[in-house]
Amino acid sequence: MKMTIILKLVFLIIMAKNPALANETILKDFEALAKSSDAKFIKFNISAGEKIFRTERIHSKGDKISCMTCHTPDPKKTGLTRANKVIEPIAPVVNPERFTDMIKVNKWFKRNCNDVLERECTIQEKGDFIAYMMSVK
Amino acid sequence: MSYLKWPVLILAISILSINTLWGDDDEEEQYENRSKNGTVTKLNTRYDFAVVTNSQFKAECTSCHMAYLPGMLPARSWTKMMDTLNDHFGENAELDVKVKNEITDFLTKNSSDKVHTKRGDKILATINPKETVLRISSTEYFKRKHDEISPNIYKRKSIGSPANCLACHGGAERGDFSEDSVLIPKDKTPTIMKK
Repeated sequence: MKMTIILKLVFLIIMAKNPALANETILKDFEALAKSSDAKFIKFNISAGEKIFRTERIHSKGDKISCMTCHTPDPKKTGLTRANKVIEPIAPVVNPERFTDMIKVNKWFKRNCNDVLERECTIQEKGDFIAYMMSVK
Repeated sequence: MSYLKWPVLILAISILSINTLWGDDDEEEQYENRSKNGTVTKLNTRYDFAVVTNSQFKAECTSCHMAYLPGMLPARSWTKMMDTLNDHFGENAELDVKVKNEITDFLTKNSSDKVHTKRGDKILATINPKETVLRISSTEYFKRKHDEISPNIYKRKSIGSPANCLACHGGAERGDFSEDSVLIPKDKTPTIMKK
């Protein structure tokens, strides 16, 4: 009993000190979700993820929009919200805090997919997107 | 002679400082008394709005914009704002129900019709009681106060829109909107809010 608590603590300390592990964990969680919802799922696709990030579309309100509108075309750069507030870089290589908290990840996917695509994203899309962001060096 | 000089000097300084400290006491006292009927006790009467904060509000709302003060709008505006987060000025800002309720509670309890403040009262006075405004910048008070600012100034990269109070009112999040501290940025030196 005590041993498991100690192990859990050690795990938490490692996670806190090494967020890179935490975003790999989240990608694995998405993988498990994808597998359970789609029997044909094999793996996430980095280039499909980049396509999601870079595809521009016309919003029903008339403006051209994409992820790059706020995050800039370079995931390693700081972006800007429409209310002029700085958005920290989205690529974990420069901002290791990214994709480390499942609640945060889901909250922002829900908001931003609705903003850009006017619908929610699928598990496959979310996984592709994270895989691409983690591949940015 | 010299033993008389010091007490006189000290007395003179005390009278002077009392005068400057309590110079415009009337107004401050008025708001302090009124706040006793409200829910908030932490009122900074030096400024235009009550400076109140809530950790959930800070965490959720300020990732996209500055921390507007609850005293800027009446309760009905905040309730509507929080009920329409799926289209929050054109963006999706949906929250978990529990978090949403906590933030709504914080905003409404400290709203301009619950906790009266200098500037909050002035804004409220120009809002039609039958209307539920969401944009502070759409109120007559705001428009009157900014009538010398041309739309092109708002479009500057360093400002963006009238929603970015902090661009020109550096003390906005501390409730300080005094005209003396206004600094309209030129585009060369952007004053964008940092996290």
